[in-house]
Amino acid sequence: MTTKELKQKSVEYRKKILKYIVKAKAGHTGGSLSCTDILNVLYNEVMNVSPENFTSPDRDRYIQSKGHTVEALFVVLADQGFFPEEDLETLCQYKSHYIGHPTRKVKGVEQNTGALGHGLPIAVGTALAGKLDQKNYKVYTLMGDGEMPEGSNWEAALTAAHYKLDNLCVIVDKNTLQITASTADVCNTDPLDEKWKSFGWAVKEVNGNDVDALKEVLQSLPFEEGKPSVLIAHTTKGKGVSYMENVLKWHHGVPTKDEYEQAIKELDESLLTI
Amino acid sequence: MAEQINTLPYKANLEVYSETLQRLAETDRNIIAVTSDSRGSGKLVPFGKKYPDQIIEVGIAEQNLVGVAAGLASCGKKVFATSPACFLTARALEQIKNDVAYSNNPVNVIGISAGVSYGALGSTHHSLHDFAALRAINNITVVAPADNWETAQAIELAANIDEPVYLRFGKKPMPLLKENNNEKFEFGKGRVIAEGNDVLIIGCGETVYPALEAVQILKEKGIAATVVSMHTIKPLDTALLARLASTCKAIVTVEEHSIYGGLGEACASYLLQHGICKPFKIVGIPDEYTVTGSQGEIFDHYGINKEGISKVVEALLK
Repeated sequence: MTTKELKQKSVEYRKKILKYIVKAKAGHTGGSLSCTDILNVLYNEVMNVSPENFTSPDRDRYIQSKGHTVEALFVVLADQGFFPEEDLETLCQYKSHYIGHPTRKVKGVEQNTGALGHGLPIAVGTALAGKLDQKNYKVYTLMGDGEMPEGSNWEAALTAAHYKLDNLCVIVDKNTLQITASTADVCNTDPLDEKWKSFGWAVKEVNGNDVDALKEVLQSLPFEEGKPSVLIAHTTKGKGVSYMENVLKWHHGVPTKDEYEQAIKELDESLLTI
Repeated sequence: MAEQINTLPYKANLEVYSETLQRLAETDRNIIAVTSDSRGSGKLVPFGKKYPDQIIEVGIAEQNLVGVAAGLASCGKKVFATSPACFLTARALEQIKNDVAYSNNPVNVIGISAGVSYGALGSTHHSLHDFAALRAINNITVVAPADNWETAQAIELAANIDEPVYLRFGKKPMPLLKENNNEKFEFGKGRVIAEGNDVLIIGCGETVYPALEAVQILKEKGIAATVVSMHTIKPLDTALLARLASTCKAIVTVEEHSIYGGLGEACASYLLQHGICKPFKIVGIPDEYTVTGSQGEIFDHYGINKEGISKVVEALLK
């Protein structure tokens, strides 16, 4: 895709994320909007995974550790053709498979996640299997900066470095806010880059809402031979909707009808400037 | 299958676990042991020496152990995540629940030195909660083999089914309960070790042997006992339970576990809900931090021995 097409795709995804959150009357709005560009670039430009190869042992794997932003994942998976988008009309409804966190009942989802601090250990096991089987696939896991204090992450970080898993890439969606307050106020994990480096990882940072920059950096994996890679993606929570950006209440706020219309208007207008 | 099984008696089930895993790994490079600095206590040192590419060490990090195991299993590896049962099923319970059971990653979760195997090391090292915790989790089979034969069979079966399994092993050498006569081992199917009409004694893991020893004492008092090795706590062999419970005069369960939430309560729940009401007693560890001692001393203290089981039976039949 061209840069323009990728940017347009991100806007399209954001509109759909909001549409289905409003329909479901539930969702993790701000975080879904912060990670939209990351998912866009991963699925459209970086990863070798599709509905056609999803059962192939050679496919790339994506494990969403920050499972609560499932709306972004479901919208992108629908766009990739894993399931009809209209299925998302049932999001969070009685008896729907489209629940508020990733579940393998939905085609395209690798692992059931949602409890924080679980994605990375599973990703490490998946990457280890790739090394054992001499496969070329890569494993990507998206984590939130709010889940960095989970101890299991750091256990897994040690294992990944110990086994030199350069087929593994963590992307931290560093939007700096979590449900209670800023991550710095709740439990400061900065300097995050130094922490990962000290655990033996190759670290890069990027503007996580810049599709061009994301594309460039994610196509340069591994960042260092023999080391797992971590990309600290600086993002804006609620990205793309002025009144949501960096506002705490949109962690899982659901827009009213008027707010939704305003958001769509802004997103549509942003298309004109791409 | 049966003729391949090592039937030498008086080994710890853990040793048979390791031997069986080595034998399976000879022809299956997908057999993977994952350990948390526990290859020694898991008797996996020979496995690691023989198959260095098939053992993953994560250090003392049980949550990570289970998550890594889930990832490996999702890629077709036959994973045996091995760690002391006390830590594995408490600290990593959420990983067992979510990453293994809920995600349906067919990990074999191996709880070693289970129950009060660590004896005098104290309650931090006892696992008297694991049946209760895991019984309440959907999609995981819970197994406590009683002897070397059951252990070898269970490991072989676990390696070849595509489902999550929890297997629990003690450290003590365990005599064979009976000679193998081409019996078929299945998860969810209890084994009748002795037969008698008066009382039904149901054990699992390392408590089946003392139950079997109690048979002789009871016999001398004119009481005939059936003894069942209910190696699979979940799914419970309810058909066998109902059949045997219907014809006996009293039922005793024996387990190396809290009296809450384990084998005994599983049996009681089924029987009561199906209208089979007989004098019933659960022998296990009461709701307290145990007395200090070896496994044997702790068993004796709480009556998990032939004398204690016999007394409970006699009291129920009075």
